[in-house]
Amino acid sequence: MKGYLGIDIGSISTKGVVIDENNNILAREYLWTEGDPMGAVKRLLKVLQKQLEGKDVKVVAVGTTGSARKLIGVMTGACVVKNEITAHAIGTTTVHPDVNTIFEIGGQDSKIIIIENGFVVDYAMNTLCAAGTGSFLSSQAHRLGVSVEDFGRIALTSKKPTNIAARCTVFAESDLVHKAQIGHKKEDIIAGLCKAVVTNYLNNIGKGKKITAPIVFQGGVSKNCGVKKAFEDEVGCEVIVDENGHLMGAFGVAVLARKSGKEKAFSFDTADIEFKTRGFECGKCANHCEIICVYREDELIDSWGNKCDNGAVKK
Amino acid sequence: MINSGVVACFPHMANYAYAFKYICEKGFEVKYLIPPPISKRTLELGSKISPDYVCSPFKYSMGCFLEALELGANCLMQIYGGCRLNYYGELNSTILHDSGYDFRFFDMAAVDWHSRKSVFENFRIINPEMSIVKVGLAIPVTLSIFKTLDKFEDYIRRNVGFEVNDGEFDATYKEFLKKIEDVSNGKEFKKLSKTYWKKLNGIKTDKPQKTIKVGLVGDYFTVQEPFSNYFMEKELAKFGMEVYRQMNITCTVIQRQNKKKRKYAKKYAKYNLGATANCTIAEAIKFAKEGCAGIIQVKSFGCTPEIDAMPILQNVSRDFNIPILHFSFDSQTSETGVKTRLEAFYDMVEARNAK
Repeated sequence: MKGYLGIDIGSISTKGVVIDENNNILAREYLWTEGDPMGAVKRLLKVLQKQLEGKDVKVVAVGTTGSARKLIGVMTGACVVKNEITAHAIGTTTVHPDVNTIFEIGGQDSKIIIIENGFVVDYAMNTLCAAGTGSFLSSQAHRLGVSVEDFGRIALTSKKPTNIAARCTVFAESDLVHKAQIGHKKEDIIAGLCKAVVTNYLNNIGKGKKITAPIVFQGGVSKNCGVKKAFEDEVGCEVIVDENGHLMGAFGVAVLARKSGKEKAFSFDTADIEFKTRGFECGKCANHCEIICVYREDELIDSWGNKCDNGAVKK
Repeated sequence: MINSGVVACFPHMANYAYAFKYICEKGFEVKYLIPPPISKRTLELGSKISPDYVCSPFKYSMGCFLEALELGANCLMQIYGGCRLNYYGELNSTILHDSGYDFRFFDMAAVDWHSRKSVFENFRIINPEMSIVKVGLAIPVTLSIFKTLDKFEDYIRRNVGFEVNDGEFDATYKEFLKKIEDVSNGKEFKKLSKTYWKKLNGIKTDKPQKTIKVGLVGDYFTVQEPFSNYFMEKELAKFGMEVYRQMNITCTVIQRQNKKKRKYAKKYAKYNLGATANCTIAEAIKFAKEGCAGIIQVKSFGCTPEIDAMPILQNVSRDFNIPILHFSFDSQTSETGVKTRLEAFYDMVEARNAK
């Protein structure tokens, strides 16, 4: 049986799925990137390989997405290297063909995608600011001494969420400290934080966008039921959270790899090959581009980062 | 009289340095220094002595001035406009003087353009012995250089994405720019531009019948200076798109279209929002009507007029059913983030276009 591997390497987490020709997920994994995308992908491949043991699957095409898509694309010899916006849209419309709006909140960015008849017609992605993203929630959870996993459950027990300034992470944090010190209950503050994330999202990313049902909510933060509920309260309709919502980027790019028609044998042994990167600053003009060279067992396989031909690294 | 002691310099914006050089050398009869092309270093130098929250065009101009001073420029000039820019010349010169540099400063915002006396007095900052007749004679040629640069770049924007031999447009245009430096009168320039217009038109392109068109709007500096928008026009062209842009010196200064554009956008913005905001809206409407598949707004971070234009652009987007993507640039913006958004933008407009 032919399999297609999709890898989504985000700033916080790395996701991978293997699908068959009918888009059924055969193997899946979600783990932390820990600032080392290549290491994370190696760990990911080991887990996926184990899950596929005993099944007669041969991976014939690889797709990569996420902020490290280029690097991992070179490492795995990917057929498709796609941006995460398109990957998420393809993944979601494959599972929910009737979707109109996709909310996505990840570790370090958030986006909204508007879909009409299966086509992306508009999108927005946060710029310059991490307010209302997963990393903000996890740092606040830490401050309050609860684990991120329990965050949503605790939020749901609140009857009167505390109002927390949502405009900016820094303001939200000082507001939160203030509310805690004057005696607000912890569950109310946690529910307030979930609300703040949603308000911030709708005010920044969602501003002026035509938000209509069905709405699918995904990304790591979608696993937080407190945020899901806050969204539903705010938009006034049901927000669908898919069981595989956190894997949608990887799933989407696997679908794209399958649809590309390109095939290139892939072996899970890649996990055992040594890959190295080397960065240096090109001094040939005033731009001082940072150039990255990728090596497979000391052999240069690719390089990028140069703005002009002066900085091109010859193989 | 030729004044050999003065070395004049305008901060960079797009390729207009060649026109400024002509008016300074042939009109004011002073030497002109084309500063080094804008680079990361320019921005770093400029950011270091600029207020942190000032918009990036100020930082770029500051960087250009510093690099020009290093190379011996001693007469700096700054343009003016409809926003904080009017104050930038004053601020540029104060900061640089405070940092210990010695130079004279021609600030166009300080000139009362309705008073001959004021114009004359200010012009003499550049060269006290200048001949107003020579300046007068150089003006039409300078305007013609501006117009030609804009016309050529318009053509390149629409065709460079389809060139058969990579880099041909770029190389030809660069050759042309280099040659403008040696032009000594209007007749020579006319001949030169005619030759290169033919050359540009002769470059082989492989343009399909139905292309994807995208319109670029935004604040005066960011939309025109490629370095400040991460070479967006080039990136878009690489996807095989036709790029449209109306914001340039020909449209604003020479043809004075601003009033007309404000009227054109009246349904969406009754009042003047300042600087380029009303033009941005008018251009977006025009691009939408002319069949662009998408519009991109680029602005420097904190540009108030362009921020005011954003919600209005969303009305345009809704009424004309056209996606509008917004970019805000500061001195530190991740290049990967820009590329991701552009890639997604291309995927989106391509799918819409194919429908």
